[in-house]
Amino acid sequence: MAKKVKLSEMTDMFKGMDILSLEGVTIEGDIEIDLSGLGGGGFDPMLAAILGQESAMLAQHFSRIAGMFGVPVGMGAPGVAPGVAPTVASALAAPKFKDLIPSKFDVANIAEWTTQIQEVPIGNTSADGGTRGKQVMLGGEKALPFYFDAPMPHRNQVTIDVFDMRIGLAKAVKENYDEVMDSPGEWAKKNVDKFNADMITIHLISTDPLVKDTSAKDAAKTVEEVLQAVDVPIAIGGSGNPQKDPEVLSKAAEVSEGERCLLASASLNLDYAKIAEAALKYDHDVLSWTQLDMNSQKELNRKLMKQCNVPRDRIIMDPTTAALGYGLDYAYTNMERIRLAALMGDEELTFPMSSGTTNAWGARESWMVGSPLGQDSDWGPREYRGPIWEIVTGLSLAIAGNDLFMMMHPTSVAVLKHITQSLFGLVEAEPVDIANWIGSEV
Amino acid sequence: MKINSPLEAYKYLPQTNCGECGEPTCMAFASKLIDRSSKTSDCPPLVKEKKYAKKLVELDRLLSPEIRQVTIGVGERAANIGGDDVLYRHKLTFFNKTKMFFDVSDNIEEAAIIERVKKIADFKKFYVGRNLLLDGVAIRAVSNDPAKFAAAVKKVAEIGLPMIFCSFNPAVLKAGLEVAKDKNPLLYAANKDNWKEVGELALEYNVPVVVSAINDLDALKTLAKTFAEAGIKDIVLDPGTYPSGKGLKDSFTNFLKIRRAGIMGDTEIAYPIMAIPLTAWMAGIADPVSASYWETVMTSIFTIRYGDIMILHSMEPYAVLPEVHLAETIYTDPRTPVSVDGGMYKVGSPDMDSPVFFTTNFALTYYTVESDISANNIVCWLLAVDTDGIGVEAAAAGGQLNSAKVKDAFEKAGFDLNRDTNHHTLIIPGLSARLQGDLEDTLGAKVMVGPMDSGRIPGWIEKNWPPKK
Ligand code: B12
Ligand code: SF4
Repeated sequence: MAKKVKLSEMTDMFKGMDILSLEGVTIEGDIEIDLSGLGGGGFDPMLAAILGQESAMLAQHFSRIAGMFGVPVGMGAPGVAPGVAPTVASALAAPKFKDLIPSKFDVANIAEWTTQIQEVPIGNTSADGGTRGKQVMLGGEKALPFYFDAPMPHRNQVTIDVFDMRIGLAKAVKENYDEVMDSPGEWAKKNVDKFNADMITIHLISTDPLVKDTSAKDAAKTVEEVLQAVDVPIAIGGSGNPQKDPEVLSKAAEVSEGERCLLASASLNLDYAKIAEAALKYDHDVLSWTQLDMNSQKELNRKLMKQCNVPRDRIIMDPTTAALGYGLDYAYTNMERIRLAALMGDEELTFPMSSGTTNAWGARESWMVGSPLGQDSDWGPREYRGPIWEIVTGLSLAIAGNDLFMMMHPTSVAVLKHITQSLFGLVEAEPVDIANWIGSEV
Repeated sequence: MKINSPLEAYKYLPQTNCGECGEPTCMAFASKLIDRSSKTSDCPPLVKEKKYAKKLVELDRLLSPEIRQVTIGVGERAANIGGDDVLYRHKLTFFNKTKMFFDVSDNIEEAAIIERVKKIADFKKFYVGRNLLLDGVAIRAVSNDPAKFAAAVKKVAEIGLPMIFCSFNPAVLKAGLEVAKDKNPLLYAANKDNWKEVGELALEYNVPVVVSAINDLDALKTLAKTFAEAGIKDIVLDPGTYPSGKGLKDSFTNFLKIRRAGIMGDTEIAYPIMAIPLTAWMAGIADPVSASYWETVMTSIFTIRYGDIMILHSMEPYAVLPEVHLAETIYTDPRTPVSVDGGMYKVGSPDMDSPVFFTTNFALTYYTVESDISANNIVCWLLAVDTDGIGVEAAAAGGQLNSAKVKDAFEKAGFDLNRDTNHHTLIIPGLSARLQGDLEDTLGAKVMVGPMDSGRIPGWIEKNWPPKK
């Protein structure tokens, strides 16, 4: 690759990926995921849906996506394009126009954006008394993301999921994860080494009384294992059981003392005070999760700050992510409104945001073999639909103001990072002469 | 819009409260003008009576959107673009969904042209009771040959979709216009070299025109101003769409700046903006799947941030489906609850042996379920329970869906499971399984839990219907 493709994160990723060895990956046949068979276990059916996702094409994608950073090949390159340079036919003399009427363009910055979003670090390095190799910094914006009004101080970050138990995976997914699925540590390692995760989220779903009802102590062991396996900052997720999560997260917080993990999550329907207390006592951050309602978000943040004394630099919000086609209009606008209100000075909302982008896999377009409706145009292979559904869901929210993405599909992670970092200004690419696009051989 | 309170609009109305507009008072009508759910032409006296003529003109001026609305094409599928008044959708709503035009080259075989254009015209994706469609065809004069271009235009025009003529060569554009005079195509584009000739064509044929100045907003505004002063009203702006790196960031910034200036009142640049995600294919991405992904990514960015019309290339379903869905997402009206009327609906001609389902009256839910059932030729009764337009999962969590509500809905519909069916059975959504016991008690009928996704109803019916005694 003779190209000047400088993208620190991505090049690392491809170094770590043995692309050659992925050649000739065989593709599994169509695997139908039976949603109705899942979900009884008390965990989110949408989550189960993603876990059951095929990713037979996944390995292929890696090598394909590499093309994105590859050398330009002829297409529409300057000089190659057929002659469509503006040739002005003199026969069409123009009496109505004489000269251009000059005009200057000017636009002001938004004066009302007076307030900076709180900076929140995740992960402690040895300098801060932890063992993480690096710290992730979120927030600090003074304008909407990627806007010209004020530079965005920190790029978007992606955390990739790990589960504390083997769960129903399609055969094709197993092929990729089989050897690590019984070991959260190995799984976490793979996410960092192969898939370029900025962070890891360990989901302690086996603690759910309706799943395996493992103890908080067992969960704590898993957390220790993950902390030892990787040195990126980690997020710790409960099972979603409101009765048990506070206990599980407190114990996990205790064994990870000083590492500044992100505890996911405090919400209004559980004992958030207990989670906040653990965060303060053991030096962690809190994810403040509400469901698509700006006022509930304000209420929970207020309670965390006023009632539980959580300092501002330890709060991150998850205002809920709905998939493209399944409520993204609510999720998008909820985030955009929250961020605008924050920039205009609503101190209860000036926090970085996190998105459960994996929810995108809940949309039937992302996982169904084909349209259930005969009259729809062909939906094409779902192997390609799923990742782009996750990308577009995440990208939309990135533009609305979201900082941290919880994701699962490696291709989605790679593309989302590339586009958000392009808008952020980190990506150097050879300038493309687009003037002759009309004649380009597309 | 120059005014934002009903009181200000009221001043220009007849103030007779005659009710012809369907509103009880002129004041009520005024507030519909302000939220753009009515037009001045809906008030007959204002339009018909001479004495109001002046007021009508002035009111129309005050109410006209900040961003000019431009129409491309003619007839049923004519595409309106622009017409916005706000920078964020929650402040009102965005009008005129982003229009997606797909490219076709003039130098390919006639049959290939027709095939591609038909594919564009025929695309559809069902969503909440309607079909998401693609909007038009951008004909690229790759040949740079007027005759060849005209021949392609002739073929494309037969299909009836709106068209963009893409060439910087005025002779080529003119040849196209000659064979499609009455089709109101969009001319792409006038730039610093050809603007006089292309502007002349726009005036002569009375068609909308794109002004193009890549990454140069002064030049873009200069062209737009020059055209406006010459009497061209329907202008579209092309600030350039770079596909990668800092260039892409520059393009993003240009879109933000142009739209902000337009909404803030800079009328010289308050026009719809064109994005060209097709340039993804010029970024040196060797693998077509990756290039297509990148095009979709670019399309997403400019759908959210102010692209009103786009030129695209990839027709792969995995590109097009997310693109049309995102445009729908960003342009749905946040003010109107998307719901259907509660009540009993028939799918096919059901009888006493046909299954009975319930769902909720959230439009996304109802139409998803209804189409899943009807597309698979399942004849049945489908009860839409009024949950204030909330879907099954959210309504079950939020309390709008409970057994009393379901019973109430049956009663209102005058439908009795024990009297009107032989099987005395109700099939409920899998995501409302928790209501099963309660419902059996309240309805005094058998309740079966269906699958969680209505897409699986056909398979479920095959296995479970008719119910075993
Ligand atoms: C959009 C959304 C909202 C929107 C709702 C908009 C609306 N008009 O419905 C808003 C913002 C208002 C909202 C609010 C809340 N929400 Co909400 N919301 C969602 C979200 C993101 C998508 C839901 C959706 O629209 N799905 C698409 C529709 C089509 O699905 P559906 O109606 O269920 O229909 C499907 C199936 O049920 C089935 N089906 C339907 N009918 C039938 C009939 C038969 C016979 C069969 C067999 C099948 C079947 O097929 C359909 C297609 O797949 C989900 C999370 C997710 N799933 O991604 C959370 C979610 C549903 N919400 C949730 C919650 C908790 C709430 C709130 C209670 C939050 C709060 N504390 O305020 C409120 C309640 C509000 C209320 N009820 O008044 C939870 C529910 C948890 C649970 N299972 O108990 C979810 C799952 C999020 C989560 N993971 O926590 N929400
Ligand atoms: S039709 Fe016109 S005059 Fe009559 S009530 Fe409506 S707004 Fe008033």
